Amino acid sequence: MEIIVLVKEVLDPDLPPSKFSVDTKNNRVIPPEGIPPVISPYDAVAIEAALRIKEEAGGRITVVSLGNPSAEAVVRKALAMGADAGIVVSDPSFDLEDSYLAAHILTQTIRKIGKYDLILCGRQAVDWDRGVTGPIMAEYLAVPVATLARAIKVSDRSVRVERVLADGHETLEMDLPAIITVSNEFGQARIPSAWGVIKAVKEEIPVWSAKDIGAEDAQNKDNPGEGRLRRLYIPSYERKCEFLTGERPEELAAALVKKIYSRETASP
Amino acid sequence: MADLKGILVVGELGKEGLASITRELLGVARELLDVAEGEVNLMLIGEDVSSYAEEGIAFGADKVYVVNDVSAQEFPCDFYTHAVDQFCRKAGISLCLMGHTDLGRELAPRAAARLRGCICMDCVEIRSDVKEKEFVQLRPVFGGKAMAETASQRGVIQIVTVRHKSMSGFVHRSDRRGDIIDWSDQLQKGPVRTRLIERKTEEQEGVNIENAPIIVAGGGGIGGKEGFELIRELGRLLKGAVGASRVPVDEGWVHHNIEIGQTGKIVSPDIYVAVAISGATQHITGILGSKCIVAVNKDPDANIFKVSDVGVVADYKELLPYVIEHLRGASK
Ligand SMILES: Cc1cc2nc3c(=O)[nH]c(=O)nc-3n(C[C@H](O)[C@H](O)[C@H](O)COP(=O)(O)OP(=O)(O)OC[C@H]3O[C@@H](n4cnc5c(N)ncnc54)[C@H](O)[C@@H]3O)c2cc1C
Repeated sequence: MEIIVLVKEVLDPDLPPSKFSVDTKNNRVIPPEGIPPVISPYDAVAIEAALRIKEEAGGRITVVSLGNPSAEAVVRKALAMGADAGIVVSDPSFDLEDSYLAAHILTQTIRKIGKYDLILCGRQAVDWDRGVTGPIMAEYLAVPVATLARAIKVSDRSVRVERVLADGHETLEMDLPAIITVSNEFGQARIPSAWGVIKAVKEEIPVWSAKDIGAEDAQNKDNPGEGRLRRLYIPSYERKCEFLTGERPEELAAALVKKIYSRETASP
Repeated sequence: MADLKGILVVGELGKEGLASITRELLGVARELLDVAEGEVNLMLIGEDVSSYAEEGIAFGADKVYVVNDVSAQEFPCDFYTHAVDQFCRKAGISLCLMGHTDLGRELAPRAAARLRGCICMDCVEIRSDVKEKEFVQLRPVFGGKAMAETASQRGVIQIVTVRHKSMSGFVHRSDRRGDIIDWSDQLQKGPVRTRLIERKTEEQEGVNIENAPIIVAGGGGIGGKEGFELIRELGRLLKGAVGASRVPVDEGWVHHNIEIGQTGKIVSPDIYVAVAISGATQHITGILGSKCIVAVNKDPDANIFKVSDVGVVADYKELLPYVIEHLRGASK
């Protein structure tokens, strides 16, 4: 089983709102100082999924990250978790904010890698929260796709996926090769072992450029992407909070019940 | 593709007729015709969907295209992808709207890839800019920490998924006129690759969370399954639904189908009671539509208080038993 996992380096989603700031002139997020980017959490779960498939069915896991050269760190993390090989795809000419372009560049990367049975990635990258790269690549590569997986079972030449639905789940079946996007319900990503970390440090991680994968024309392709970003800003949802007062919990409880009842009758 | 015109709404069905998201989309579609021009088309796909077409017209569609086909059940997303791709090409659609639903999340990027369209996911607002002749969409990004406003490109089809309940639907008018067109035979089949084996509903505990007027939700501070019994009891007494933030779901204290937030349910009750929830943006983004937010947290600086109308600084373990006692007394 040849498994490719796509991972993305993102701004830490657990960053407190107070550390999050936007350059509204250039519509860009300002990276906070001293807080390193992390692997997008759903991508970490996708690595976990790949590792479990490998443990069951055998095979080899290649991790690919498209991004800045610094994406090497998230690839190394995947290697520490147990992936077999890693590649960074990076070129100053890439517009990393365009999801079509990302899908195109990653498709070219997959073509260069050649053989694969499964491509896994997270259900969405937690920066732009789009969740479109996997499905777009499925169209480009003309292979089946299933999104939002919480369980994956590979057998011979096909794969069964349990997909999370708003009010339950569905089971899907596809022939290999296929693309699967993984949701958090799959389970927690494992913590790399000390031995894994040591091994990963020594691993060679090649950096592929636009030329290496035949994506020099990527910018000029007819990729409309997300459209023009007109404005990026931090919204304010602040409400005026009325704090209930009372010395003892009994008093607070009484005040709270009164408040809820008054709101209940106030609402239409 | 220079002269694109008209809107396609990809319809979905709920338990009783058109899904509420479809009604919301028809409503917003009518408001966008000043830039979209043309008509509001609704596509309904499935086994025997013609019976819902009239309802589509009453809620704002000018034309309803029905595709009655059982294979849509077997290969749902593949089937929809072909249908949307073919229809948009043939009709020269300028804007394709769908819900940010189980279907839309996967269908939108696939259809967009085939149509080489502009794509915008999980929008909470879409409006037309008549001067620029473009559509403008607003969507939360970075887990709700920021909002991105994007504009469509002229001459390129725009494919948009819209978040539940972010728009109000069109008022049902049974006297609206429209056409119903059976498109079943016109649709050419494309390759099918992902087969649906089965679909299972997992019943939510208690009152359904999405339409409940009151929701009592517990967070990571609840600390375990036993603590959630207090949340449930409070929910019962208030005749409300029970919800949770991500932490109780990840910890396995509750089922994932009651998670609220960006990756869970989007809710907008009259009263939302958040107990021991810190107020992470990914959670907040799912409760913004609530009329009144009540927070109980032992940390006076918890972020949740910033977005709340009513706050109680207390340890829930000390507070809730008294709240429950009060409510029991009141209901006697
Ligand atoms: C990509 C991504 C998507 C996410 N999607 C979602 C989502 O959809 N929904 C969601 O909820 N989260 C989501 N999260 C997680 C989110 O970032 C937070 O981690 C999560 O919401 C925290 O849950 P919490 O506030 O309940 O728990 P905690 O962060 O553990 O906070 C517990 C709170 O309880 C208080 N507390 C503790 N003990 C008591 C007590 N005895 N009495 C009263 N108060 C007490 C504490 O002061 C604290 O404020 C997502 C995260 C990521 C990265």
